[in-house]
Amino acid sequence: MHIVICIKQVPDSAQIRVHPVTNTIMRQGVPTIINPYDLFALEEALRLRDAHGGEVTVLTMGPPMAEDALRKALTYGADRAVLLTDRCFAGSDTLATSFALSRAIVRIGETFGAPDIVFAGKQTIDGDTAQVGPGIAKRLGLLQFTYVAKIDSIDVDAREITVKRRSEGGTQMLKSRLPCLVTMLEGTNEIRRGSLDDAMRAARSQIVKWSAAEAGIDDLNKCGLRGSPTVVKRVFAPTTRAEKATQIDMTDKTQHDLADELIAAIFTRQPALEHELAFDGGQ
Amino acid sequence: MSNANREAPPSAGRAGIKRELPEHFRDYRHVWVFIELERGEVHPVSFELLGEGRKLADKLGIQLAGIVLGPPGEATQHAVAEAFAYGADLVYLVEAPLLADYRNEPFTKAMTDLVNTHKPEILLLGATTLGRDLAGSVATTLLTGLTADCTELDVDVDGSLAATRPTFGGSLLCTIYTLNYRPQMATVRPRVMAMPPRTDKPVGRVIRHKLSMTEEEIITKVLGFNLDRQSAKANLAYADIVVAGGLGLGSAENLQLVKNLARAIGAEYGCSRPLVQKGWMPADRQVGQTGKTIRPKLYIAAGISGAIQHRVGVEGADLIVAINTDPNAPIFDFAHLGIVTDAIRFLPALTEAFTRRLSPHSHDKLAS
Ligand SMILES: Cc1cc2nc3c(=O)[nH]c(=O)nc-3n(C[C@H](O)[C@H](O)[C@H](O)COP(=O)(O)OP(=O)(O)OC[C@H]3O[C@@H](n4cnc5c(N)ncnc54)[C@H](O)[C@@H]3O)c2cc1C
Ligand SMILES: Nc1ncnc2c1ncn2[C@@H]1O[C@H](COP(=O)(O)O)[C@@H](O)[C@H]1O
Repeated sequence: MHIVICIKQVPDSAQIRVHPVTNTIMRQGVPTIINPYDLFALEEALRLRDAHGGEVTVLTMGPPMAEDALRKALTYGADRAVLLTDRCFAGSDTLATSFALSRAIVRIGETFGAPDIVFAGKQTIDGDTAQVGPGIAKRLGLLQFTYVAKIDSIDVDAREITVKRRSEGGTQMLKSRLPCLVTMLEGTNEIRRGSLDDAMRAARSQIVKWSAAEAGIDDLNKCGLRGSPTVVKRVFAPTTRAEKATQIDMTDKTQHDLADELIAAIFTRQPALEHELAFDGGQ
Repeated sequence: MSNANREAPPSAGRAGIKRELPEHFRDYRHVWVFIELERGEVHPVSFELLGEGRKLADKLGIQLAGIVLGPPGEATQHAVAEAFAYGADLVYLVEAPLLADYRNEPFTKAMTDLVNTHKPEILLLGATTLGRDLAGSVATTLLTGLTADCTELDVDVDGSLAATRPTFGGSLLCTIYTLNYRPQMATVRPRVMAMPPRTDKPVGRVIRHKLSMTEEEIITKVLGFNLDRQSAKANLAYADIVVAGGLGLGSAENLQLVKNLARAIGAEYGCSRPLVQKGWMPADRQVGQTGKTIRPKLYIAAGISGAIQHRVGVEGADLIVAINTDPNAPIFDFAHLGIVTDAIRFLPALTEAFTRRLSPHSHDKLAS
């Protein structure tokens, strides 16, 4: 079985700061990580390979430094890494991103064997759109399963797959056919600690690097800014509320006095609540 | 789609250029809202979107249409009636047995066929599991722009949709345009927009469209559906009162204090993200950017610092009460009422005080 998994290198957003005057992201010194949601997909891919045999190819599109993310994925046990990198991809929105990635997946198929499953993360923490996965599926004409909580079974010979998919009020059980694209829900597994062997292999591994031309992408009008139907017009900081919270004064008060005072303040501001609570509350 | 997916920020010049809308897009008109019908129920986000769609349509002087895709039967007819009740001028309806359960293939086909036939200018969907699955496929099929998880929608002077969304974990907002493609698509998360009033309007014009697809053409089959257990189901997004705990509570055991208060006042309980990561609470109780957006009348946050990712999920609350030992905690920047005290001691006192005040004899006590 051949599995392709798309990962993205993202700035560790827990450490992102916004410049107070220019409203730009201060990237300097902010470490980059593999998009956390992609790790659930990577682990699922590795487990499937371990159970069914075959290979896992990780793919990313990004600047040359995105190689770090790929090497990290190799230390977890991925077999091969492909970096799609070219100036012409700069400024890609999700439509252009899914175009480039889908072409790269076609080239991966031609070079290393057609994939049975393509994985993507549920969403990224910087783009946070959850669209690149479905975009790739549509472009490649793959069946698509998003928010998958569990892959129940795969029969590589019969080309069958059954999955449990998260929906608003419950879980859908679906049966479908390979090849397909799956985006994994978070929390469904935990990324393994790679073995020492994998770490050594990762350090030595040759990462496949493709420019647009090498990936077989000749239609540059579909790439980067030119291939992106959306335009960012304005970036700005969220407005802060004019006043800070009214503090309930604590001096010389017991917790009980404080509680009574808070409740009085709540009902003064939201008189209707007292009435509703008297009927609904306390049960 | 978002700027953050971009490898480099776009030059200001490009964003400033107003390109001509190609000829074949000029007759795209009207605002469409996808009415999300799943397992017999309309997702309330559809009504919230009709409220927003109404405002956009009025500004543009065009019509607002609801899009109903569902199996023949009462539930689908009800969805049509509800679309009118929440402000639609007309409804496009695709009724077919194939649309009984959500599957990407027939829904994408039904929606893209409708768009190509009737040509909307703007298409809005809820950012639910269903809506996001569908929106991504539809936008890619139509090769148009899609802005995900918008928090604000508006039209600018020349009639383009200005879709604003948080980016970089809510640290910044960006306004995105789809200049020379149609329709302009956007998704919005449940509870981000206010629920519009419901009026008992008679059912208006319904335009039916056939789904040219047979079950044999659909590869994916639904084997079953497990409804979430009612008791375990958190209905945070639509709760009137939410009590939430954060890391400040110190231990999983102390979360009982949050649950006790919630029970006493008939509230739902929730938490900040680290508690989910520690396994102290299930993921569907998480409030915030990567959890639920809530819009309660009262939100009580205990031991939560108020990080931006938490804030964006609770800002729609009418009244925010924060309990935190740190007088400089960021949560006091957007809470309305604050108490600087130990939540572990204060929550039991608050629970007791509420119970006393709300008990049937409370008025006698107050009088005496
Ligand atoms: C991509 C991304 C997405 C995220 N999404 C979300 C999200 O959806 N929701 C979310 O909540 N977070 C989210 N986060 C995490 C967020 O950035 C914060 O880390 C998180 O909200 C902090 O949780 P907390 O306030 O419970 O903990 P802390 O920040 O550790 O705050 C604990 C607070 O408790 C106070 N405290 C300590 N002891 C007491 C006591 N005895 N009584 C009262 N107060 C006390 C402290 O003063 C402190 O303010 C996200 C982060 C990232 C990077
Ligand atoms: N530049 C990229 N390279 C590889 N995979 C990506 C890239 N951008 C997005 N993805 C994949 O698409 C998923 C959804 O991304 P997004 O639509 O940005 O939320 C991610 O979790 C990745 O698996």
